[in-house]
Amino acid sequence: MSNGGSGSNGSNGPRSQRAPGSTRAPGSVPPNSMPRGPSLPRGEGTILVTGACGRLGKHVVRIQHRQRRVIGVDRRPFPDKPKDVVHEQVDIRRKKLKDLFRAEPIEAVIHLGVMHDPRASQAEHHSWNVAGFQKLLEYVAHFQVPKLVVLSSANVYGPQPDNAQFLTEDAPLLGGARFSEIRDLIEVDMLAQGFFWKHPATETVILRPVHIVGAVHNAASNFMRLPTIPTLLGFDPMVQVIHESDVVAAIGRALVPGRRGIYNVAGAEPLPLSHIVKILGKPSIPIPYTFGKALLKRLWAFRLTTFPAPELDHIRYVCMVDDTRAREELGYVAAMPIEETVRSVELESW
Amino acid sequence: MAPLARRVIDAAVGGVDDWMTGKLGEEFNERLARVPLNLTATGVDEFGLDPQWTKWALASVAFLHRKYFRTEIFGHEQVPEGRILLISNHSGQVPIDAALIGASLFMDVEPPRFTRAMVEKWTQTLPFVSLLFARVGQVVGVPENAKRLLENDEALLVFPEGARGISKSFDKRYQLEDFGLGFMRLALETGTPIVPIAVIGGEEQYISVGNFDSLAKLLRMPSMPILPQLLLPFGVLPLPTRYRIYFGEPMRFDGDPDDDDAVIEEKVFAVKATIQSMINRGLKARKSVFF
Repeated sequence: MSNGGSGSNGSNGPRSQRAPGSTRAPGSVPPNSMPRGPSLPRGEGTILVTGACGRLGKHVVRIQHRQRRVIGVDRRPFPDKPKDVVHEQVDIRRKKLKDLFRAEPIEAVIHLGVMHDPRASQAEHHSWNVAGFQKLLEYVAHFQVPKLVVLSSANVYGPQPDNAQFLTEDAPLLGGARFSEIRDLIEVDMLAQGFFWKHPATETVILRPVHIVGAVHNAASNFMRLPTIPTLLGFDPMVQVIHESDVVAAIGRALVPGRRGIYNVAGAEPLPLSHIVKILGKPSIPIPYTFGKALLKRLWAFRLTTFPAPELDHIRYVCMVDDTRAREELGYVAAMPIEETVRSVELESW
Repeated sequence: MAPLARRVIDAAVGGVDDWMTGKLGEEFNERLARVPLNLTATGVDEFGLDPQWTKWALASVAFLHRKYFRTEIFGHEQVPEGRILLISNHSGQVPIDAALIGASLFMDVEPPRFTRAMVEKWTQTLPFVSLLFARVGQVVGVPENAKRLLENDEALLVFPEGARGISKSFDKRYQLEDFGLGFMRLALETGTPIVPIAVIGGEEQYISVGNFDSLAKLLRMPSMPILPQLLLPFGVLPLPTRYRIYFGEPMRFDGDPDDDDAVIEEKVFAVKATIQSMINRGLKARKSVFF
């Protein structure tokens, strides 16, 4: 699977766009090697997507490959990938990743390959999320990739009783205070922030979307897929959800040359949890908090649930973000109306 | 089972609504329709205010406002439209003053408004309480929330005396405690006019002869007033004093919100002096505590 030859049919999008780029400077580029240096105008070069075989990753790849060359990196297989997308089935902790950077100039790296499996051990989380990401950052710095987009999450702020209704990007990342299992996700965010300052040559964009729903499988959407939705008696916090297509659009916005920084990304309007239940038309059972927490701990211990007990805070306290900065600077707008966003968890594919 | 329960609840809600309209008159609903709101697609505002819940809460306060405390309102025609900071003295052991100011802003001021106030952070950890507060428009007391509410052109009620004001004992009645400075910085930052308010009648509803400070500390409560009237039959109810609420002329301030405390303090003193003199005039004009 040498990446040079695999996308060689000249008729498709990214290939045909490469041609004018290389004809601009005919003498400087040797005819049979991959062009090094900025032969393509910024915004049209190759992008490398980690975690490309997740549901969100596939969605990103499918949108981006229409405009430019895309290399997907994931250790999972990519059965129905578009023909012109290069898929490298490697673990991002392996040396092989470096070869990808060496083989051709990469214009942008989109890092979606974050593991969040509450059943997996802390050590594995750390090795994959933190060590793997550090490797990736090393290559981005070494090969002077001009753009890095990191998908973090609004969960890094964490649901707290004294949260402002809408947290801005400079709010402290307290998500790990009550739920230590997500410390590594906060560390990824911090690493990306550190990289932002240390390597100004790379435009680093950190996106912190709220609960992503749609065909994706994560805690929020799995919760909404439960046949009966449990709520906490006497609590009904406002929540924000975002459709995966809006996240993909935000990533597209972040790729535009010149944009850098940390951006909260919210979906359509916030709504109370009870309204989500109402839109889904499902029954719900209110459970007292102390009882619910004890019960969930038991169920978790017996491996009968995929929800760890500290996640109950998400249906108890607010953890909403202010995405003014993303709307003003990235020009991001949530396109999916709230009702469709909520109902999208019921549709299995797109 | 569930559809049946839902139908029963819907019928009950409809019944209460009709009964309320009968008691409060059509005017109540008509005013409700004119309240400026920024509702989202699902019918609440971004802080979780639900007009239906707020209507019921206001309806219950309306009874206290009109019948129990027979509140008299002065100067309500001076309350401007758009964003305002309502700054009031705080009294009465139980925050009935906040409820009555909220009721008069809805029932007497033109155009009718919903009053937003800030609540303690720990209330968010209490079931039902956190839910009720959010649905009737009370928000967690952090500066970001206050700023956002004012930017949305809401009416925000602040008691700069805080807990010290509400729990003062009877001998200190109608003497303002120290004001916090936060509200002035907020007003300067958002260019919000300040409406000074004097509430009279709250200090006599519960006669507090002192505070069990050590017990309060033990129970982690802000104060533990000693209220002899609790020994009387129905002593839990506040005494039916007559409330008088004076709205002052809006005060506008200019300056840098990040100025030194000394500079901000001067402006805060101006507000405090205005409220104190409004209280003094109101007390002088009052013929009886109960009538």
